[in-house]
Amino acid sequence: MIRFSPAAIIGIVALLLLPFAVRFFFAASEKYYLHLLIQILLWSFIYTGWSLMGRFGLTSLGHGAFTGIGAYTTVLLWNFAGLTPWLGIPVGVVLSVIVALLVGYPCFRLRITGHYFALMTLALTEFVRLCIVGLRDYTGGSLGTQPRRYGDGVSLYAMQFEPDRVLSYYVALALWAFGIWMWLKVDRSMDRYALDAANQDEDAAASVGIDVTREKLKITGLSAAMCALGGAIYGQYQMYIGPDTIAGLGVSLNIVFAVIAGGLWVPLGPTVGAVFTQLLSETLRVGMQGSATLRDWLGSAALALDTAVYGLLLVLFIIYMPKGILGTLMEWRGRRKRIADTAAVARTG
Amino acid sequence: MDCHLDIFFLEAVLNGLLLAGLLALLALGLNLVFGVIDVVWICYAELVMVGMYGIHYAHKGGAPFLLAALLGILLVALAGALLHVLVIRPVLDSAPINQLLVTGGVLFFLQAAATMAFGIEFRNIGIRLGSVNLMDMSFAWSRLLTFAVALGGMLALWLFLTRTYMGTAIRAIAQDRQIMPLMGVDQRKVYLVTSAIGGGLAGLAAALMVLQYDIYPQIGLQFGPLIFMICVLGGLGNMIGGFVAAFIIAQFIAVGGSCFATEWGYAIAFLFFMVAIFIRPQGLFAAKS
Repeated sequence: MIRFSPAAIIGIVALLLLPFAVRFFFAASEKYYLHLLIQILLWSFIYTGWSLMGRFGLTSLGHGAFTGIGAYTTVLLWNFAGLTPWLGIPVGVVLSVIVALLVGYPCFRLRITGHYFALMTLALTEFVRLCIVGLRDYTGGSLGTQPRRYGDGVSLYAMQFEPDRVLSYYVALALWAFGIWMWLKVDRSMDRYALDAANQDEDAAASVGIDVTREKLKITGLSAAMCALGGAIYGQYQMYIGPDTIAGLGVSLNIVFAVIAGGLWVPLGPTVGAVFTQLLSETLRVGMQGSATLRDWLGSAALALDTAVYGLLLVLFIIYMPKGILGTLMEWRGRRKRIADTAAVARTG
Repeated sequence: MDCHLDIFFLEAVLNGLLLAGLLALLALGLNLVFGVIDVVWICYAELVMVGMYGIHYAHKGGAPFLLAALLGILLVALAGALLHVLVIRPVLDSAPINQLLVTGGVLFFLQAAATMAFGIEFRNIGIRLGSVNLMDMSFAWSRLLTFAVALGGMLALWLFLTRTYMGTAIRAIAQDRQIMPLMGVDQRKVYLVTSAIGGGLAGLAAALMVLQYDIYPQIGLQFGPLIFMICVLGGLGNMIGGFVAAFIIAQFIAVGGSCFATEWGYAIAFLFFMVAIFIRPQGLFAAKS
């Protein structure tokens, strides 16, 4: 059982009340701000799913494949077989876990790590994206597709909740909370120690009786399942899925980078990464629309400015701040606390 | 599917062969950099894109194509050296995966910067070399030229690596990073020269690609994954292996693409790659253990 600290309880209450605060303060543009929050929460969940394995040195560029499989399986089963997403999502999740294990097993048995693992999973992402584009009769090819609307838009049976933003917010919040809970659960499990050991020295870990392949497969399966679930829910919320928005190399790289920017080794790191990247691109976009000079200067190309700044920041982050925003902040706080503790001991002693 | 052993099949095979020359050249630069510096430039295809834009605009500005191509090669060589000094050098001692990811940031940056500077339109340099007809098959001169120049470029690199002092130093560093600095080889200089050559090879590939393909900011995503796959399949850092792997992959793309649809050619190539790596994880032609 996880016990909540007072700060955590305040945080949870604040998150639960957030839609009402938005309604109160930004009544005019409530929909926009809620949309922003929902995006952040949904991506946070996907990022958290990736960080489960990323933190153990398993840098996968294949998670764009898992979000894609989750989203496309769900939508295609709904559109062509009439299967409710309540069953479609589990099918998508199981499918992407199977793919993850199929690719993961040989990788881990043969000890494909580091560069090779990253490039191997990159090939998986590319393969899945090409399959999605290739099956264009069903998937709409590179233009993407939409889940068929059911009734007036909000439906439990079709799992469609997009028109009601407050409801969507709570769906996203529940998903996000589930992701954090999962992270903490992994963090407190024996598997975490096994994987940490395997990350540092596979031979040594194996020699003390850790089944390295099995442990890695477990975390990979879990991570793929979470990303598939996140991708599927994201598709249900956006009511649109495209090979570049929910699958493919761009998504994979975004996942990895947001987590690194936020902090890979702390539970809320991926969330901070999502907040940071979403706010960055929104601020730049809105700032751009507001400024006539910038718009005249850059024209429609201004749309790419956020990605340019983003890319530059990532380079700087990896060079100067490899622990990410939250990781670095917590390190500072830890250091100051240690100094304060030492001072206190010195005074009393 | 309509796949028969007819003249069109032969045409696909031969076109695959010509594509292989280009892919081998692209893989060569990446392999050189990996073999020597032990860093994967995930933004390699974006450097090619920069070179293509450079050549395009130099040609549009009035330079004859050969001069424009030369300028493009120099531009990308400079970009490679800058990439090394500004981005790779600060992370040389951190985890290998950080080195790969940091160039991923450069990938985003270059793509977005190109979109801002040049827009998302497809641009064509507007040089038509025509094609040659042989029996019922037709081959574009640009592809034949690409193949020949790619082979020439590889030969030149081989001569450089085996016949010059600098080339020997580069090969020595690739074999043992710890000992060679003690033997009086300036590691920093070797890394810098290697990065510039790696960039120059990307520039050469760019000069050949502007003759065949339209230029747009996302062209790197079309070639990037393919190049990595070829390098890994041939054994990262193994230049001969990369050469052979380029021919295998190009056949999958060309023949698969002509029998089914273009995407399926690529998809089959990626599937083959994954299966091949499971059978031989060090790459098909790993010389070193």
